[in-house]
This record gives sequence, C-alpha cells and structure tokens, in this order.
Amino acid sequence: MPNILVVEDSPTMRQLIGFAMKRIAGSKVIEATDGVDALKKLSSEKIDLILADINMPAMDGLKLVSLVRGNPAYKNIPIIIITTEGAEEDKKRALAIGANAYLPKPIQTQELIKLVNGFISQLQ
Amino acid sequence: MERETSIGKKADEFLQMFRKGEEFTQELLKENERLRFKIAQLEEAIERSGDEAKIRLYEERIKITEDELNSIKERFRQVEEENKDFAAKYVEVEDENNNLANLYVASYQLHSTLDFNEVLRIVLEIVINLIGAEKFAVLLIEEKTNELIPVGTEGISISDIPKVRFGEGIIGTAAKEGESYFSENIHNRGSISTENPIVCIPLKIKEHVIGVIAIYSLLLQKEKFSNVDYELFNLLAGHAATAIFSSRLYTQSERKLTTIQSFLDMLKEKPRR
Repeated sequence: MPNILVVEDSPTMRQLIGFAMKRIAGSKVIEATDGVDALKKLSSEKIDLILADINMPAMDGLKLVSLVRGNPAYKNIPIIIITTEGAEEDKKRALAIGANAYLPKPIQTQELIKLVNGFISQLQ
Repeated sequence: MERETSIGKKADEFLQMFRKGEEFTQELLKENERLRFKIAQLEEAIERSGDEAKIRLYEERIKITEDELNSIKERFRQVEEENKDFAAKYVEVEDENNNLANLYVASYQLHSTLDFNEVLRIVLEIVINLIGAEKFAVLLIEEKTNELIPVGTEGISISDIPKVRFGEGIIGTAAKEGESYFSENIHNRGSISTENPIVCIPLKIKEHVIGVIAIYSLLLQKEKFSNVDYELFNLLAGHAATAIFSSRLYTQSERKLTTIQSFLDMLKEKPRR
C-alpha cells in the first residue's frame, strides 16, 4: 500500500492529482501545501513516493528535492516533479539535484499514472 | 491257371485303384496348395482393406481437425480485432474519464468558496494548471464606465493591462458579442500585445457577459489546444462567471450587512447617552 506525498500549493492541482492517484490500487495520498509542510509530513508518515511542484511559497520544490536527497532517512524516496516550467534546462536542473522524473503541466493523467506505477513496481 | 489269372486281375485292379488313389491324392495336394494360396491372397486383401479404412478414418479426422483449427484461427483473429477495438475504446474511455475529472475538479473548486479573491485565485489556477496558459488576465465589466477592468493576472503585472472599452478591440468585441476568440497563431513567443490576446473567453451568465479571460501566451510545452481545453473554456465561460458574480454579490452583501449592523449598534447605543 504505497503512501504518496503530493506537494502542491494549488488546491485544484492537489485534488486533480489525488483523483488520478485513486486509480492506483491501494495508494494513499498525503497532501502538503509547500516544501516545509512536506518535510513535516515526511517526519510523521512513511512516504513511498513524492510528487512535487516547483513554484511554491515557503519552500520550493527544488529545495525540497535537495533536502530529501541529503537526508539518509528519505534519500531513496522517488521524486516526480510536476511543474509549469517546461524548459529543458529546468528539467536538467531538477534531475541533476536528484529528482527521478519531470512532468510539465498541464499534466496528462495517463502519463502520470504510468510514471507512478513504474516507481511503485520498483518498490515492491 | 484260372486262379493265377484271377490273382493277376485283382492285382491289376488294385494297382489301378492305387494309381487312382495316387492321382486323387496329387489332386488334393494341388487343390490344398491352391486354396492356401487363395487364403493368403484373401488375408492380404483383408489386411490391405483394413489399412485403407484406417487411412480414410485418419484423413477424415485430419480434415475435421484442420477445419477446427481454421475455425479457431478465425475466432482468434476476430477476438484479436475485438481486443483492438476494446483497447481503443478503453483508451477513449480513460481519456474521457480524465477529461471529466479535470472538469469536475475545476467546477468543484470554482464553487467551493464565496470569497471573491479566492474565486479569482481558483480561476487563475485553472487557466495555468489545467489549460497551460503562461500570461493572461481576467477583466470584469464596470457597468458605470462601460469598461473592462483587469482584476487578476498571471505572468504579467496588473498595471500593464489597460482598461478596455466595451465593444472595442478583440477583448471588447468578445465581451460585447459574447463569442470566444481564438487566434490562428496561438504560439506567441517573445513579446506580447495586451490588446491582441491569442484567446479571449467571455464570462457569461446565460447571455449576460460579466467579463473576459484574455490569454496572451501559452506555456512553452503547450503546443496546441486539446478537446478538454475547449471544454474547460466552456466551463470557465459559465461556471467562472457565476462563481465570480455570486462571490462578488456575497462580498458586497457582507460589507453592507457589516455597515448596517454597525449602524444599528450605533443607534442602540445612542439612548444610553
């Protein structure tokens, strides 16, 4: 039963991603509104996968990725970045600091589900 | 003499009888041989005819099996075709499902609050995240001045968006006629013109236009509009309009209520003095 942490400041996107994740059998979605909130959730819940936006208040997604990768307790959690930043250099930067995949908005739900399923199957 | 003659006669008769017996035996032996040969031939014929029957039986079985195989192959081909149809339909249903989820979430969020600023923020979120617009503005009609006033923007400062006269230019015309505008060239890379948006969606409550969403540029990765984008534009045209209108009314009535309440409180306090 994978626990998926959705880090998004937009309630619309959180709800939309939550809807998509319901199609992944047994998954549980935990929501966080920014990087700081995500770190709190990481310390209180067992998280198997992180879906994070980049542009967020308090702490952005890239900072969150670098902090997660720097923490031995979380460093192996796969991170998928979902963002409006569609430039190739943004993608390279996110992957270089430790993101596992990069999905520009507007997202194709099928593509997101396929990506998440891929990472979940590696966990099992 | 006579006796000798009789004995000789009998001996001849015996010899003849013996010879006949020999001939008869020879004939029996030949007949026996012929019959043995005949039996062997018959046995061979019977055996041969048995093999042919088996062959015929096997041939019939092979034919039936081949027919069954061909029938199974045909059924397999039909099932494969059906599977392809089902797979295509599954993809269609999945797409439709995803589109409906997008529309549901957009609609749900738009009607989740009566706070005007919150509604405006949700409209901006939908246009950025679900449609993929980079620079855009929401303009509302000011009835007193008959102008469209920018109330919310993304990717561009609100001060950079000029007021638009109702009925003038692309934005004013879209507001006046209540018809959406889509530019032929939606890829507006580089500089943008605030008077020439690539998309203009009038916000309508039935036929009454209350404002416009003007999109000036799309996100880099947004190559074209899909069916769900047009559905979202339709949804925004109706639902965003009612959400904005009702939240505005609610905010105004809340403000009026607070004013009236303060006035009543003031009146209640007066006699004490």
